[in-house]
Amino acid sequence: MGIVEFVSTVARFWLRGNWAYWIWIVVLVALIGWGGLAYVDQFRDGLIVTNMRDQVSWAFYIGNFTFLVGVAAAAVVLVIPAYVYAWKPIKEVAILGEILAISAIVMCLLFIAVDMGRPDRFWHIIPGIGHLNFPSSILGWDMLVLNLYLLLNVTIVGHLLYCGVQGRHYNQRLVVPLVLFSIPAAVGIHTVTAFIYAGVPARPFWNSAILAPRFLCSAFCSGPAIMLILFQILQRTTKIAIRDAAIWKIAELMAYAMFLNLFLLGAELFKEYYSATEHLVHMQYLFSGIDGHRALVPYAWAFVLCGMGAFLLFLFPATRKNVVTLNLGCLMVYSSVYLEKGMGLVIPGFTPDTLGEIYEYTPTIHELRIGAGIFAIGFLVFTLLCKVAIPIMTGEFAAARPAPVRT
Amino acid sequence: MPVERSEAPACAADRCDDAADGVGRREFLTALGLGVAAILAGCTPEAREEFLRRRFRELTPAEVDERIAEVKREVARRFGREATVGAAPALADTSFAYGLDLSRCIGCRRCVYACVQENNQSRDPQIQWIRVLEMDKDRGIDFEAANAYYDHAEVPDPDHFYVPVACQQCRKPPCTRVCPVGATWQEPDGIVVIDYDWCIGCRCCMSACPYGARHFNWGEPKLPADELNPDIHVLGNRPRPRGVPEKCTFCIQRARAGRYPACVEICPVGARKFGNLLDPESEISRILREKRVFVLKAELETEPRFYYFYGV
Repeated sequence: MGIVEFVSTVARFWLRGNWAYWIWIVVLVALIGWGGLAYVDQFRDGLIVTNMRDQVSWAFYIGNFTFLVGVAAAAVVLVIPAYVYAWKPIKEVAILGEILAISAIVMCLLFIAVDMGRPDRFWHIIPGIGHLNFPSSILGWDMLVLNLYLLLNVTIVGHLLYCGVQGRHYNQRLVVPLVLFSIPAAVGIHTVTAFIYAGVPARPFWNSAILAPRFLCSAFCSGPAIMLILFQILQRTTKIAIRDAAIWKIAELMAYAMFLNLFLLGAELFKEYYSATEHLVHMQYLFSGIDGHRALVPYAWAFVLCGMGAFLLFLFPATRKNVVTLNLGCLMVYSSVYLEKGMGLVIPGFTPDTLGEIYEYTPTIHELRIGAGIFAIGFLVFTLLCKVAIPIMTGEFAAARPAPVRT
Repeated sequence: MPVERSEAPACAADRCDDAADGVGRREFLTALGLGVAAILAGCTPEAREEFLRRRFRELTPAEVDERIAEVKREVARRFGREATVGAAPALADTSFAYGLDLSRCIGCRRCVYACVQENNQSRDPQIQWIRVLEMDKDRGIDFEAANAYYDHAEVPDPDHFYVPVACQQCRKPPCTRVCPVGATWQEPDGIVVIDYDWCIGCRCCMSACPYGARHFNWGEPKLPADELNPDIHVLGNRPRPRGVPEKCTFCIQRARAGRYPACVEICPVGARKFGNLLDPESEISRILREKRVFVLKAELETEPRFYYFYGV
């Protein structure tokens, strides 16, 4: 089977679905179009359509990028508890984690692309035809590890799907080592991303040794939160055998990760507020505002309260086993980490700026539309990959194959 | 062998016959290459030339001359004016440094506007390389209490003093270290420059700079043709494209021609000093010898070439 026929077989599979599937696809495509039109404006007029300025020179796009690196990393790291607790549908967990990772990395790269002042010059970073400032640029490292990680996951998922479509068994000697390698690689991408910030002495808010551990802890919450919701959907709509006990165990592990996340935040807060040096001002801007500049204060308290709430919900067995509070907890975790990475990390690092000026940043409608468009692309990639992967995993694919191949 | 593909055109089916091993992929890559070539062919020659420009640091002397000619044509096209474009390299035995006498500065901001005129900054959106910070006399140098937007009827205000800040031309520049594509570097004479044709606009340098020295072209830079300074250096004051940052270069077009930067020349109170550290007779060498100087944010170990001192 050639690539062309593989793609056409898969494409025909994508065209089959019930009304809910089609509504979902139409909504995503509409969002992509809406965001795409906003990007056309940005491409024509420049980044001036955003509210980023010299004082706050990275903001919403880079915050989303950082959050999604965490999602990409944690989705795969979920394989560890699945192994440790000898959880039966390990293969399904792994491949769904890889698919979520692919979608998240695609979104990451898109957020970087829309943040670039000169997207037409992206090729300058490619070693060989361009010039990569290696090893001194951490963004250079990040581009390398993110693309490597994407390639790794595309290889695994691509191989599994390619074999699955043909009804062949996948090559275990290829897939298993790659899946295992993707675990340290996942930790690597989030660590390198944290180092982009932690390695900037000009920004004391980021210049902290515990930034990378904090990133990992928060990612261990947000990635599984998405996976847990997905597992419950699969439990109800497919034959994949996901036991409730496994879901509860993940929720329990998330409680520990959230505890560590809050603990490390508390350690930062203690250090800043008790020593009260000139570095405190960024934390103050985030949590209480400065001189009436309070744009981030609601987000700051929302992420702390959501995090604490989710920790309590997942700590007590009664609430993590209850379907309502379990999903509420997942939503709270997701909101907490999204607000913390999206608004509470990048922007306070720049406010006040290095010369003490306070520029209050809030995203423009163009930034929100472009962000929504990128999320829609990520969800679309995820949906289309799952649409093929899930029937293959349940063994329904062979029976439901739309166009049987004659030889 | 796959054969049944009713909706596929005949030629595609032909290809499928020998598609057993990766021909599809090769075709795809060929198509991609042809697509890029087609887009480039469809561009104006200027856009194509600009897109394919290489990193300035890697150019041979002949290619540098070519780049100078290109920039000259670009200026003629954009402003309808003839410009003197150069790319003078660092002079031998030269290590530039700057001194600023805080006891003299009156906060008049003449330097800010002389700099804008000399270096062809965008007038709309307005870009300025020098920020004059007004500080409270009873707090000393404290950035958190600084105000760059002071607006008195007359300066200096009796309760304040003034600290102008621009690129500190660090000996260990944090901005060049983080650049992912090597589009900014320190020249042998100490000036940190930006290759506006190579920068991808990621703004890592702006988050790394502790002095807020780098300014980004968020929108299309606008400069009226009659305000253009036609004495241009490729790595300095040439009109910038959108989507890249810019910063003070000690007026590289002047400094390398043995002239003072525009801000030094305009300063009405003589607060600004500039010269070659390797010349023991230069004014800047004498200041370092005879005055007590300090640098901003010394704890960050950036080792600026920009020294502040109190002359009286």
